Amino acid sequence: MEKEKQIVNSKQFSIMIERLACQLIENHVNFEETVLVGIQPRGVNFSKRILQKINKLTYNTEIQSGSLDITFFRDDFGRRDVPIEAQELNMNFSVEGKRVVLIDDVLFTGRSVRSAMDALMNFGRPKEVELMVLIDRRLSRHLPIEPNYVGKTVDSISSEKVVVKWKDIDKEDKIILLKSE
Amino acid sequence: MSKLSVNHLLGIKGLKTKDIDLIFKTADNFKRIINQPIKKVPTLRDITIANLFFENSTRTRLSFELAEKRLSADVVNFSSSSSSVKKGETLVDTVNNILAMKVDMVVMRHPNPGAAEFLSRNVNASIVNAGDGAHEHPTQALLDCYSIREKYGDVKGKKVVIVGDILHSRVALSNIHCLQKLGAEVRVCGPSTLIPKYIDSLSVKHVSNLKEALNWCDVANVLRIQLERQDVKYFPSLREYSMVYGINKEVLDSLDKEITIMHPGPINRGVELSSDVADSECAIILDQVENGVAIRMAVMYLLAGKIKR
Repeated sequence: MEKEKQIVNSKQFSIMIERLACQLIENHVNFEETVLVGIQPRGVNFSKRILQKINKLTYNTEIQSGSLDITFFRDDFGRRDVPIEAQELNMNFSVEGKRVVLIDDVLFTGRSVRSAMDALMNFGRPKEVELMVLIDRRLSRHLPIEPNYVGKTVDSISSEKVVVKWKDIDKEDKIILLKSE
Repeated sequence: MSKLSVNHLLGIKGLKTKDIDLIFKTADNFKRIINQPIKKVPTLRDITIANLFFENSTRTRLSFELAEKRLSADVVNFSSSSSSVKKGETLVDTVNNILAMKVDMVVMRHPNPGAAEFLSRNVNASIVNAGDGAHEHPTQALLDCYSIREKYGDVKGKKVVIVGDILHSRVALSNIHCLQKLGAEVRVCGPSTLIPKYIDSLSVKHVSNLKEALNWCDVANVLRIQLERQDVKYFPSLREYSMVYGINKEVLDSLDKEITIMHPGPINRGVELSSDVADSECAIILDQVENGVAIRMAVMYLLAGKIKR
């Protein structure tokens, strides 16, 4: 049995998205050399939402964006009971010399981000790579990886799960913490 | 994501339809990867694969080797012409010696039907059959069906005729199983001497007339005459075979519709296919070769995922 606790409601959710979009605008100004890359699967929803918000706030600045599948770059291949299904990869541009913002919903052990950086380098040598996450589960990192933009920091133990729900998929924007009893 | 129901790829006959769908879906991802500027992923970096070829091969062997290297596996190659097999070593001994060097997966082509199956029962490694005599050549059938799926969107309901030397062909048998599992209708066409007697038991109709067969089908998979496997004369001469069963531009132009031509290679130009057909728009022979790498990557990725770490 899992106990569910809401940690972010839909209003806080939209404020968080707006704040993160503003932080990106502040640091990247006109986004000429910037590309936003969502990590499949759930980072892509987040990346789309951020892109919409930036477009609204800046009156439709052209921003390059893509989605990155990391399945074949993971470090747990053959160590899971059921293999992870590869997702669509949509990177129709080179990241050579670009400022890349990697976007994912939850940062936990840091292993996905490590895989994403490996996968990203297949598309060129970026000038810099930043990391944006909606939830940072600090105190649970396995690798020395820290985000540049954080929606909310959550202290949780490894048996707990943080789940981000999206309006376009799950009917409502919210973030919940699942505790197994 | 589901897993393959098998631990070895020995033939299409032992696969479930959902296994084939899973392989195709995985191959879609690999096809995207091999068309990137950097065509390599690190997934199988902890896996060692031995390619054992007891029979000649160019395409299949290169295709497997490329697929393995693009998955970052370590690869060792072996061909019987330069090995101790000539000194009288048995198959199981040869393979066990190779496995003692910590090899995880074996890709094998062998002239004897059932060699891959035999190996899978007697050695402790994942076995991929790259052709066993006139029995099965599963990765070829998978890439053929994958190419049909790519061209038409689906294999289901398609009419496919396999033309040529069905009797000596492992490609034909694997293709028949694979196409039928995916819901296609299959017929074979060729001289009666080159059609196996059991063909009816596979629910495959034999058509002797080439033009009738081509007019019926959406796709014609054309096979080479395997002279090296023919111990007796099955037809008067290659020239006569070519006149009756050779596909040229004239034959295609006389049909009511456009069909797709496939060939597993190597082509004997001027025998089963004329050059103008082999190089024409309706032939997807080189697409098959490209898809072969993606399919083999998918097969090895899925099998390697089942190896215990």
